[in-house]
Amino acid sequence: MKLIAENRSAVILIALVLVLPLVFPSAYYYRVAALVYIFALAVVGLNLLMGFAGQVSLGHAGFVGIGAYAVAVLPTHFGVPSWVSVFAGAAVSGLIAFAVGRPILRLRGHYLAVATLGFGLLVAIVLTNEAAWTGGPDGMSVPDLTLFGWRARGSVNWYWISAVTFVVGFWLARNLMDSPTGRALQAIHDSEVAASVLGVDVAAKKLAIFTISAVYASVAGSLLALFNGLATPDMAGFLRSIELVAMVVLGGMGSVVGSLVGAAVLVVLPQALTFFHEYEQALLGLIVVVFMIFLRHGIVPSLATAFARRKK
Amino acid sequence: MAGFLQFIFSGLTVGAVYALVGLGFTLIFNVSSIINFAQGEFVMLGGMITVFAAAAGVPLPLAALIAIVATTFVGVALHRLAIEPARGSSPVVLIMITIGASIFLQGMAQQIFDKRFHSLPPLVSGEPLRIGGATILPQSVLVLLCASAIVVGLWLFVERTMLGKAVIATAANRLAARLIGIDTRKLIDFSFAVSAAIGAIAGILITPITLTSYDAGTALALKGFAAAMLGGMGSAVGAVAGGLMLGMLESLSAGYISSSYKDAVAFIIILVVLVFMPQGLFGRARMERV
Repeated sequence: MKLIAENRSAVILIALVLVLPLVFPSAYYYRVAALVYIFALAVVGLNLLMGFAGQVSLGHAGFVGIGAYAVAVLPTHFGVPSWVSVFAGAAVSGLIAFAVGRPILRLRGHYLAVATLGFGLLVAIVLTNEAAWTGGPDGMSVPDLTLFGWRARGSVNWYWISAVTFVVGFWLARNLMDSPTGRALQAIHDSEVAASVLGVDVAAKKLAIFTISAVYASVAGSLLALFNGLATPDMAGFLRSIELVAMVVLGGMGSVVGSLVGAAVLVVLPQALTFFHEYEQALLGLIVVVFMIFLRHGIVPSLATAFARRKK
Repeated sequence: MAGFLQFIFSGLTVGAVYALVGLGFTLIFNVSSIINFAQGEFVMLGGMITVFAAAAGVPLPLAALIAIVATTFVGVALHRLAIEPARGSSPVVLIMITIGASIFLQGMAQQIFDKRFHSLPPLVSGEPLRIGGATILPQSVLVLLCASAIVVGLWLFVERTMLGKAVIATAANRLAARLIGIDTRKLIDFSFAVSAAIGAIAGILITPITLTSYDAGTALALKGFAAAMLGGMGSAVGAVAGGLMLGMLESLSAGYISSSYKDAVAFIIILVVLVFMPQGLFGRARMERV
């Protein structure tokens, strides 16, 4: 029982994952839900960086792109199995984040924003221009994921693959936050100076969390490419990075549950808005603005506060 | 040598537009600490409204004026309707609001106007000027002249008028400015209006050279933001220098290295500059109060 009490949110999440398919009327719903889990995985990683360590990245889609092209380029050009490529992509993303993060993370606030933005653009530009390897602006097709002779195809299978990956990522993030490293990160978020006075190695912790968040984004990118059977340069583009940041902020910075909610809102909303055809984009922008004005701490934290107040 | 000069000319022309966008970022940032990512949409609106007003038969100068006035209203509306209600939110939330507003404006623009590329006839016609073997279009000269005029005008305004001094006071310390009776809310309104007008003018000037479309604003906002950061956020001189540098870097790397990697070269140089000068070229180092 103690185990369940300690991991309440993870247990609720697993229950949700198991129950949802019972109410899905068609494969289309599985598809949308799989996309929500995949984006939520990247958002959990970015939320560790933004919400817990207080660092902004406007280039995280760059790592999504690296993950996506890992499962496209490695199997196609080198015959590496897809599931190995997922890990290879994550390793490459982690190494790049480690190498790039060292100089970049010394920057603060808006300067860090523009540096990460530049990094994301660089990845997108390379993916667009190295056509011999990446298929250029149109992208390249991604071979199916095969595990021990079993071919992962179709929305239902991908629902389970993405759900399991997300639950694992969610659980790891929760545990990380409760670890000494997590508490050190929260101290950095509140005050870098105070944290360093208390003996926290600020630079090392920031670098560690940047690397971890890059790995999350990379795995999400791999899953997205395998699921869609396609990797395109715009997966690494500026708008994708902005979308990830929007999901973090909308759901609630520093709330792991908020990551899922933020991803769900921004994945499901455009699907629902196709009903409005031409005004889809304008409505999307309007909804982001309205949400941010009225739920300025993000959906989950704002609702939690309101709920707690009512209880009193 | 003629080739080099040619790249410099085209770099300066594009750079002047980046500089104007960067200046818009700086103006709003200084009085409100807000990074307004909708700045690029002002440029887009300036160009698109002029194109469609002109197509409807309005004489070009009048069409340009209508575009500037309309964009200015959009700028003020953005502040009143989206930013003001969220006053006191964290910087990331405010940035998300401006990005949301920018998506909204693009969405409306593609409905009210269309999704095609548009151009304008050059505002000044005539033979290209020849300088040292390179040529420069009269329109490019106009872009540079107007950009210089705006920069000088803005400088005179800030240095010589009471309203301009209020801007400096608010930039230095918002609370102190309010205490001595400056209506900072109106001032932020004003800064949005001026930034929008500058953006619109930039859009009108550049459309005959680079074309415009409903989604042209995103790239410009990116470049303008990068220019302002390269120069040092909050420094007007920095924004102009950063914009011109970015334009020339792009143009030179397109000419000598690879046109498909021109943005990459520009951003690598920005990254290198920021690593060695974390406050940008003209930014002041800030001490953190503990």
